[in-house]
Amino acid sequence: MKYVDEFRAPDLARGLARQIAREADTGRDYRLMEFCGGHTHAIFRHGVQNLMPANVQFLHGPGCPVCVLPVRRLDDAIELAERHGVILCTYGDMMRVPGTGRHSLLRAKAAGADIRMVYSTLDALQIARDNPLREVVFLAIGFETTTPPSAAAILTARAERLSNFSIFCNHVLTPPAIAHILRSPDFAPGGAARIDGFLGPSHVSAVIGSRPYEPAAAIFRRPVVIAGFEPLDVMQSVLMLVRQLNEGRFEVENQYTRVVTRDGNRRAQAMVAEVFRHRASFEWRGLGTVADSALALAPEFAACDAERRFALSDKVTREVKSCECPSVLRGVKKPTDCALFGTTCTPDNPIGACMVSSEGACAAYWSYGRSTSAAGARVA
Amino acid sequence: MSRAASPFPLTGAIEMVHGGGGRAMAELIAGLFRRHLGNPILDKGHDAAVLPAVRGRLAISTDGHVISPLEFPGGDIGALAVHGTLNDIAMAGARPICLSAAFVLEEGLALEELDRIVASLAAAARAAGVPVVTGDTKVVERGKGDGIFITTTAIGEVPDGVEIAPERARPGQAVLLSGNLGDHGVAVLSKRANLDFETDILSDSAALHGMVAAMLAVAPGIAVLRDPTRGGLSAALNEITRAAGVGIVIEEARIPVRPGVAAACELLGLDPLNVANEGKLICVCAEADADRLLGVMREHPLGRDAARIGQVVAEDAPFVRMRTRLGGLRMLDWLSGEQLPRIC
Repeated sequence: MKYVDEFRAPDLARGLARQIAREADTGRDYRLMEFCGGHTHAIFRHGVQNLMPANVQFLHGPGCPVCVLPVRRLDDAIELAERHGVILCTYGDMMRVPGTGRHSLLRAKAAGADIRMVYSTLDALQIARDNPLREVVFLAIGFETTTPPSAAAILTARAERLSNFSIFCNHVLTPPAIAHILRSPDFAPGGAARIDGFLGPSHVSAVIGSRPYEPAAAIFRRPVVIAGFEPLDVMQSVLMLVRQLNEGRFEVENQYTRVVTRDGNRRAQAMVAEVFRHRASFEWRGLGTVADSALALAPEFAACDAERRFALSDKVTREVKSCECPSVLRGVKKPTDCALFGTTCTPDNPIGACMVSSEGACAAYWSYGRSTSAAGARVA
Repeated sequence: MSRAASPFPLTGAIEMVHGGGGRAMAELIAGLFRRHLGNPILDKGHDAAVLPAVRGRLAISTDGHVISPLEFPGGDIGALAVHGTLNDIAMAGARPICLSAAFVLEEGLALEELDRIVASLAAAARAAGVPVVTGDTKVVERGKGDGIFITTTAIGEVPDGVEIAPERARPGQAVLLSGNLGDHGVAVLSKRANLDFETDILSDSAALHGMVAAMLAVAPGIAVLRDPTRGGLSAALNEITRAAGVGIVIEEARIPVRPGVAAACELLGLDPLNVANEGKLICVCAEADADRLLGVMREHPLGRDAARIGQVVAEDAPFVRMRTRLGGLRMLDWLSGEQLPRIC
């Protein structure tokens, strides 16, 4: 496969692995957080971890859009489909995430709610055109990568006067999440855990550019390397982080130059700025309430805002207390530290979102790592 | 009713009356189903087909086919209903004797499309040399089916001395795969209403019993055969390790996948190892038989890209592991739920 296999070449991987082993200082360890679930899965799917020296460790970050959606917002989405009779359009990953009482969109659908799995906002718009007498709501989730398509859908709906289309907006922002993690007591000096540097988001950065990470890198003195999603991208980025740490540099570097620029996609940014406004704060699963970390529709698009269009009830939401998803999402615990992991919580019977999503850390540990520990030793 | 019944007019669509037991149903059966599927046993029109005696052990399998879309590049639900079920008994080493077919038709299904599908089913059965000896037709109201559901049952005879079963996998045996993975799943996905991408990939839908017979002729001691259909290679290998209490280690670099399939999967966030196949088999055999079997498979039109992909290993827990192209080692798990395209 042209333009993909080149980034999975075994001989280059071996060369990079040797280089990392040579340059990594054996007198210390390197604790690197990959923000994105896409990186977590690339690391596991291609077996990158066991090509790393033992003192280079990956911490898995919160960059899984499905995982960070708080239960309340999922319960709201289920309510939209069940009580307000809308056609709810959602990306497939959301379907099996358990909400309060382990109810899910999939179960609501089985019980008769009209929930449709779509591959893009274009599908949701088409459903709205095909069903002019029904309310169609797109459950919008995700980081800056999925935000421009939502903005484009809103602008299209307005241009076409599609009055039955709205979105339930749960878009969140990456840089505030990184700063929030670094500010948390877990990662303060003497805290429960330590992060030495970040593998920065790849697709998110294609939209926002690498500049927005610069304040966090400078303030918290942690290097960030924007890394592509292919295994060689990840390995080269690890080498760049090791070098920065060895040299005492805390810069934002861009490994993923074939896609990411310092300023990002200005046209997409303009579209997002037109359609969305920052929320004062937003609840993240795992991170709690994070200031200025999410988007809502701008007032002039209120007609397309499902939160304003439908009266959502106050509800009591419950999460399973022993589920460690919140700690896993902060990188404080590994999935295998959770008592539920692999016992009551499996991908077939998930308790927490991290086990459901194709980008969740628990799902990666379960699917790729169960028979071999990260270092290659058997654990199961 | 004789085979000379006048062809059924193919204008219009299936109506409830076609399942009502009256004249319309009789005309549909004679003029469409029997015209395509007719053979001396079916033509007798009994409630039950009576078959000649068989000397050896029998294999039987039944399979419901509910695919959407009904017609896809390289096949359709009719041919698939023959291939899928024949392959199930072929995985026990059986030579097929006959098929049954039950059709659930949805009100509104175009008669032209039904005719194409039944013709395709008949052609697939003829090509496989297996008659459809009994059948059934029902009609359900619009909205209660997906155009057409076809359930087929195959009966076959297992040759003496052939003992093929998943629990017979043993450490040291070789794992062979008959060809490229993922063609069927990608061909079908490419025609789903909300995906609809351009690809020249065709479904691999095919009946495998001919190749299986050729394989058994040179290596009657084959331990396991499995067709990696739903859930793909990952599910099939995990079924084997679980049944036999062994491990399997495969090499990613040896697994054949067409570039077009690899590209489509990459784009959709799917793993070709989890994607369905309808004309491929996995063979677990003694190391001493492996090269001979690979030779026979590669000579057969359905096994040209056959490859040795791995080995059965002793394992206290039944895991499938894969040495990645990159040189890492990772587990190959069953698919959980449906494979879904990624969003980020």
